[in-house]
Amino acid sequence: MVGVTEPLLLAVVVATALAFDFTNGFHDTGNAMATSIATRALKPKAAVILSASLNMVGAFLSLTVAATIATGIVDAGVVTLPVVLAGLAGGIVWNLVTWLFGLPSSSSHALIGGVVGAVLAAAGTGGVQWDGLTSKVLIPALVAPVVAILVGTIGTWLVARLTKDVPQESNDKLFRWGQIGSASLVSLAHGTNDAQKSMGIILLALIAAGAVPEDSSVPFWVIVSCALAMALGTYTGGWRVIRTLGKGLVELESRQGMAAETSSAAVILLSSHFGYSLSTTHVATGSILGSGVGMKGSSVRWSVAGRMFAAWLITVPSAALVGAMFYWIDISIGGGTLGSFVVFGLLIAISFAIYMWSRRKPISSKNVNDNWDPAQDSEAYIAESVSVHHPEIMKVKRKRLRKAKKRQQKMLEAEAVAAEEAARQRAAEARDTDTTER
Amino acid sequence: MSQYIEWSALGQVLLYGIVVGAGLPTVFAIGVRLLAGPGAVGADGTVSRGRVIGAWTCFAVVVIAILGAVAYIAAGGH
Repeated sequence: MVGVTEPLLLAVVVATALAFDFTNGFHDTGNAMATSIATRALKPKAAVILSASLNMVGAFLSLTVAATIATGIVDAGVVTLPVVLAGLAGGIVWNLVTWLFGLPSSSSHALIGGVVGAVLAAAGTGGVQWDGLTSKVLIPALVAPVVAILVGTIGTWLVARLTKDVPQESNDKLFRWGQIGSASLVSLAHGTNDAQKSMGIILLALIAAGAVPEDSSVPFWVIVSCALAMALGTYTGGWRVIRTLGKGLVELESRQGMAAETSSAAVILLSSHFGYSLSTTHVATGSILGSGVGMKGSSVRWSVAGRMFAAWLITVPSAALVGAMFYWIDISIGGGTLGSFVVFGLLIAISFAIYMWSRRKPISSKNVNDNWDPAQDSEAYIAESVSVHHPEIMKVKRKRLRKAKKRQQKMLEAEAVAAEEAARQRAAEARDTDTTER
Repeated sequence: MSQYIEWSALGQVLLYGIVVGAGLPTVFAIGVRLLAGPGAVGADGTVSRGRVIGAWTCFAVVVIAILGAVAYIAAGGH
């Protein structure tokens, strides 16, 4: 690479962009596949494989990549490589934190938030176009779920009415197919849309570093690596987010799943067609909520939904805060290659810490479909029994709530005992090896 | 407020979203009802030809819509 100004910095930015791409796929698997997994239309592993392949195909399908990020939201003149790096790091950290809490939140909003924060740190409030930020990011975040809830509710209500006297077995069998079809479409659209964001960022970095000419199209290795990173992320499966979307919001059956996914696909594609892009995550969540509202006898855990909405509202400011902090750290070290290495190392350390934290209560393809335990969300449980106006059930459920809490307590105790036992065994083994060595 | 929300685009998304996003599941549900709804299975244990054709017409509409959407994505409209 002749004429590359800062090859190491460039490498770090590219690696971080790919890491963001990975968390993007990983965080957004649920948007497409949560309902299919929850209704058992697809086995969890099969669902993530299907979604990963479609994301990959989607990334190759359309290559109208624009070498811009956050156009009309931040002043393009102040977007330098360190700003991009700090922005990406902010987006990654926020994606991981929301994943840890099992909250679906928009990956693109996290990225925009990170970049906005880094720009604020680099150029002050003048570098951000607040009108653009409000009209393109903040308001759509409020509008998207409303539109999706409406569409999902109407669709589910019509479907439920038309098929209410069809045997449940036939319903499940046929609607599962419809569900897989519409969910696949959501995956494909996601691959096309979101993989291109990372491609755009990498292209931007390559141009900024002088590795490719300014009018260059996306190099093939960039397309391949972005598609792979996203597919790998999708395959890893953000099981925590999938669980919340598929089991936490609404108890779904195939008819609702099909209506929800079709609503998601339609709203996502239409919104980008009319130039009013809505976040995939917000639309998918709204559609699932709508499928609970439109179905008689189905109830929505609004407290879980409320926590989600809260996460969406703070996505941009939180990611901005992280992005700004990364930028300050980078600059206070003196910027350049050393600063970017420190940022990168810090990012790895934080990611690892979040991963270790998640191991305390792992969720995988094995337990992703377990019943939503009332102890996990006691408030919602009571709210639910109140909303169906069934005092008897409420009483019984309260008892079950106590039982569930006891069960959890016991489980924790058992875990503690098992851990102690294991530690003792390890110590004993270590002693044994010590003596043999001697 | 109006400079922050593109009302016309939003209205179109909502309108077409309801037509397509709620309409397609409805068409699919009509197909399911024709194929497996009450009265679908006759005395001889089979579904009448008219119902089968009707049902598959409904499913075909949904499949064509999905394929159309894939073509739309591939054409770079997305």
